[in-house]
Amino acid sequence: MSIKSKELTLISPDGRRLDGRRPDEIRELKIKAGILENADGSAYVEQGNTKIYAAVYGPREVHPRHLALPNRAVIRCRYHMTPFSVEERKSPAPTRREIELSKVIREALTPAIIVEQFPSSAIDVFIEVINADGSTRCASIIAASVALASAGIPMKDLVAACSVGKINGVLVLDVTDVEDKYGEVDMPFAMMPNRNEITLLQLDGILGPEEIEKAISMAAKACKEIYEKQKSALKERYIELRKTVEEGFRT
Amino acid sequence: MDLLSSGRRVDGRGLEDLRPVEIRCRSVKNAEGSAEVRLGKTLAIAGVKTSIGTPFADTPDMGVMIVNAEFLPIASPTFEPGPPDENAIELARVIDRGLRRAEMIDLKQLCIVPGKAVWEVWIDIHALNHDGNLMDASALAAVAAILTAEVPKAMVNEKGEVTINKSERQRLPIKSIPITVTMAKIGDKLVVDPNLDEEEVADAFLTATFVDDKVCAIQKRGERGLTAEETMKALQIARQKAHELLKTVREVVGGG
Amino acid sequence: MPIYVKDWDLVVPGEVLAEGDYVAGPYVYKEGNKLFATTIGIVESRRGVIRVVPLQGPYIPKVGDVVIGIVVDYLPTAYLLDINSFYKAILQATEVLPPQKNALAEDLSKYLDIGEAVVCKVMRFDKYSDVVVSCKGKELGKVTEGRLIKVSPAKIPRLIGRKGSMINLIKKETGCKIVIGQNGFIWIKGKDPASEALAEKVIRKIDQEAHISGLTQRIQLMLQLERRS
Repeated sequence: MSIKSKELTLISPDGRRLDGRRPDEIRELKIKAGILENADGSAYVEQGNTKIYAAVYGPREVHPRHLALPNRAVIRCRYHMTPFSVEERKSPAPTRREIELSKVIREALTPAIIVEQFPSSAIDVFIEVINADGSTRCASIIAASVALASAGIPMKDLVAACSVGKINGVLVLDVTDVEDKYGEVDMPFAMMPNRNEITLLQLDGILGPEEIEKAISMAAKACKEIYEKQKSALKERYIELRKTVEEGFRT
Repeated sequence: MDLLSSGRRVDGRGLEDLRPVEIRCRSVKNAEGSAEVRLGKTLAIAGVKTSIGTPFADTPDMGVMIVNAEFLPIASPTFEPGPPDENAIELARVIDRGLRRAEMIDLKQLCIVPGKAVWEVWIDIHALNHDGNLMDASALAAVAAILTAEVPKAMVNEKGEVTINKSERQRLPIKSIPITVTMAKIGDKLVVDPNLDEEEVADAFLTATFVDDKVCAIQKRGERGLTAEETMKALQIARQKAHELLKTVREVVGGG
Repeated sequence: MPIYVKDWDLVVPGEVLAEGDYVAGPYVYKEGNKLFATTIGIVESRRGVIRVVPLQGPYIPKVGDVVIGIVVDYLPTAYLLDINSFYKAILQATEVLPPQKNALAEDLSKYLDIGEAVVCKVMRFDKYSDVVVSCKGKELGKVTEGRLIKVSPAKIPRLIGRKGSMINLIKKETGCKIVIGQNGFIWIKGKDPASEALAEKVIRKIDQEAHISGLTQRIQLMLQLERRS
């Protein structure tokens, strides 16, 4: 039986997906900033069952020295999946997919970082996928942006990300693993929400130009929602403490 | 930049002009298929080799297609010997997605004995001279090599054993011809088919693979962003260019 | 001319702070008509200039800064210091050695060992090369006795306070000598460990609560309570 003929109702007649979501709904998103002590910045993201840690070290010295750029920081990114993050154990060695994703994620984040601030330095972003359930590169970008900001690295904007899929001809947001495997399209998307600049756009699947336009607009709207969550996660620690202190002072 | 505002590029091209395209097929005798593509001074060569192998567990009735790319040190002073780097890997995977989603090769027809024996099609792309836009040159080379490949016939005897008859050749089963076009954003201008100098100053790139007027693969590259409007405009221009390139391919390959 | 934030508001990168004729101060950039924050921090708006005071971030050296560096390596005639920044600092051995000694012939570790700390001043710095520091001067030199603690460099201005008001309060109430490095290292030397511990506790509280207004009153209260007990 080939993949295409597998009997699986990814979307019901009344528009509900396998997990009950409507086409334009993203999964529940939990973001925690600054959870790793040693890193300069860090974040943990849970988007449905996709769970990701991101850590940022930098700006720091570039080793080997000759890789340093004289007038800006070098951004390095490593996207890696733990062997137990997927159903069939994955070897810890970097795969071609991880290498490509490391590059596209780096290119999704770099537009937001004010690299001229730290010449001859490196800013390292490490992403570990602990559990993969679709849209891992988007969740990685969500986590990495928060990690960069929590390190105090100056940025023009955060980067929010969301994927678009197509099931039975219907465009859907934030695809799960099953929806990616058995659906028709996977379109990972990331943007700087306050600048309206797209920093990640890939398409694997067939879409007409109007569909692409619609998919971009759906994803952009979701990214603005996601930005609010990233914002809250960053402010959370400080705001909680502020409340405690102000209340404590009043009593 | 001033030059661009007047609609001209340093090499004299208009913003939407491709460099001269040259496609030469079947020059490698030992390969089942091959094509050399020149896009201006950029030169890429693709080879197609076939072999019998086992299918993937979840697609027992489909052949296997593998795309690999190498940026050879001979192509540029900046390429070092060694395994493919992230750029070569990205290029191979983008071209693979374009071919696969367009279903250029009908993998179902490459099944010999379901679950046991299928044709494996190996597409290896090598950059020979890098003067910008290796992506489109490589994609074109892959497509031309596949279109003109002549693969042996496989036969199954009563015992279920598979033999290859090298003297009887046939074309690969083709369902479509995907065409890849890359646009570069320089400042606020969009240019088609960037050469090396343009690649070095470009803010971002948008590569799109077209099949029957629809898009089957997109890859944004580069360290800057693009607005939604720039993206849609880039896709629109790229689509027109894909038409032109498809005509060229058909002329060279003849039919298909 | 709309301004979307007020003083003491907590902002994150990309947040639109205002639109119109405002001037972008530190950690703010202007594009078109809009002003955006570039870091997680507190908004401060004065006379048409909007700036963000960061709550996090690396130490970026400035000429004239007093910094405390820790020796990490020896160069032929200088010491290499870690100044809690990705830039390392270079301290010429001649500043530490007695005048008649020849730096090339001497064993540099005799005068300053790896792991020891020195209070210095930034003499030269540009983004493209290492920092050059000097320890010749009043209140500069090797750190002896007491304790060295590290706080986020972004909080140092708050720790010092307006015209030194905050740090002077702490010094007075704890009786400690406190040397503040702009790079986040702080040297506390007190009459006894207890007063040093109190100074450290107060400093850490400031590190934690720098973003909450009313800090001065809270610190004053804290010191009063400690004095009574």
